[in-house]
Amino acid sequence: MNQTPVYIEGIRSQFPILKEKVHGKPLVYFDNAATTQKPQKVIDRINAYYSSENANIHRGVHHLSQVATKDYEDARIRIKNYIGAEKENEIVFTKGTTDGINLIASSYGELMKKGDEVLISAMEHHSNIVPWQLLAERKGIVLKIIPIRRDGTLDMARFEEMLNDRTKLVSITHISNTLGTINPIETIINRAHKFGAKVLIDGAQSIQHGEINVVNLNCDFFVFSGHKIFGPTGIGVLYGKASILESMPPYQGGGDMIKRVSFEKTSFNELPFKFEAGTPNIVGGIALGTAVEFMESIDTEQAFSFEKDLLSYAEKELLQIENLKIYGTSALKTSLVSFNVGTIHPFDIGTLLDKQGIAVRTGHHCTQPLMDFFEIPGTIRASFSIYNTKEEVDLFIHALKRALIALS
Amino acid sequence: MSASFKEKQDAIISDFEVFDDWMDKYEMIIDLGKEIQGISLEKRKDEQLIDGCQSRVWLKSDIDNTRMVFAADSDAIITKGIIALLINVYNGEKPETIVKEDLYFIDQIGLQEHLSPTRANGLLEMVKRMKIEALKHV
Repeated sequence: MNQTPVYIEGIRSQFPILKEKVHGKPLVYFDNAATTQKPQKVIDRINAYYSSENANIHRGVHHLSQVATKDYEDARIRIKNYIGAEKENEIVFTKGTTDGINLIASSYGELMKKGDEVLISAMEHHSNIVPWQLLAERKGIVLKIIPIRRDGTLDMARFEEMLNDRTKLVSITHISNTLGTINPIETIINRAHKFGAKVLIDGAQSIQHGEINVVNLNCDFFVFSGHKIFGPTGIGVLYGKASILESMPPYQGGGDMIKRVSFEKTSFNELPFKFEAGTPNIVGGIALGTAVEFMESIDTEQAFSFEKDLLSYAEKELLQIENLKIYGTSALKTSLVSFNVGTIHPFDIGTLLDKQGIAVRTGHHCTQPLMDFFEIPGTIRASFSIYNTKEEVDLFIHALKRALIALS
Repeated sequence: MSASFKEKQDAIISDFEVFDDWMDKYEMIIDLGKEIQGISLEKRKDEQLIDGCQSRVWLKSDIDNTRMVFAADSDAIITKGIIALLINVYNGEKPETIVKEDLYFIDQIGLQEHLSPTRANGLLEMVKRMKIEALKHV
């Protein structure tokens, strides 16, 4: 593969942490599926907010409160535009993907009754499994699992067979955090709608790797975390079609989500505030807006294309290692690679990579049912982002070979 | 007279002092993991299992007259190597020593991360269980 192009170096230079050293070695950060690093402008925005703008929002008549409210609501509009939503009241700020899914399971779940069916897939993150199991216990809904094939792709024929008039919701990941598989969500949304079922897309992994347009997708809900798109932790977004959000009962009660409170009867605020009880993560929302601004400032087409080149190069190099097996071999894959070498425990390889400055994830990646399917304790996962370079892949492969010699 | 609890820890510290590269330290841990007898697969029992999020540990304990005897194993070789160090230090000690005396060599050789609650490799829980087992005989 070619050397890392100048525009990638230009993106990379905006991320101060990438100049750090770990155990005396230059940091190679390949754990981007877990969280992404932050560009200087996001860090500066957080600093500026607390240095000169901090105030509570939506209530104060004073200057600072109005500035903070405007910045927070501007961020909502920027995010709305970025994901192609029609109205800003369809953008609900959450703590993250997990919080978004729990909100749907709790609130939309309240509209379900015994015997209604929810479909998820065998490659879901625990956060898109457990909320539905809790709902099953609470409301007696039936949770059904769309199986996958050995290459890590969904069994679409089984999916079609599983759909029926009782299917109320399909909640599915856009991209598998463990295997990298990109699921055919357009087809899934289309088929589910034919049976009147709603579709929730877990966009935790897709938000940093491609452009999302919720209107074109025609999904009913789309959730993601700010920290996976170069923003801060503790902030995320739930997109929902306004008509559906309107029909749902509130999730949590408190300030900001009410219109009028009395001991006899309380009326609720309009969207999106109905779902935003309490003082929100104001700086998180504002800085997520800045992260989106950062995404708009770069040539994503070139950046995403280079991410794919990195994946092909890394997979080609990895497959030259004896007994190395890659999990997730779908033709449609995002830029992450999950693997094991022979019977060596992933923890051992991960530990030795860390000592050489390479940050990868090892373990079950919060997808234990998927590990059971492949009958392995876990994998080593290297996940790339728009600031990674070919030279880093070379360092990673070199460090992996050294680890394997030590472990042989 | 056999080495004291403190002497055994100090010996490990000086063994590790010769390495300044992390990979060299870990190569030594891996070698220790390969050498230690452990508990063979067929002899492992469910009640011995300590399920870490990353690696799993099996721990067996006995008392021989007045001295504790531990055996342990893991599915990850680095975890097993650190187990070898812990067993080296704790085996043959009186239960009182295991309960009361400070286990400081792990910190000194820079392996404290492996005994942190976030590491989830089963080792922290293993040390706790070794102490609990010893406490039964105090």
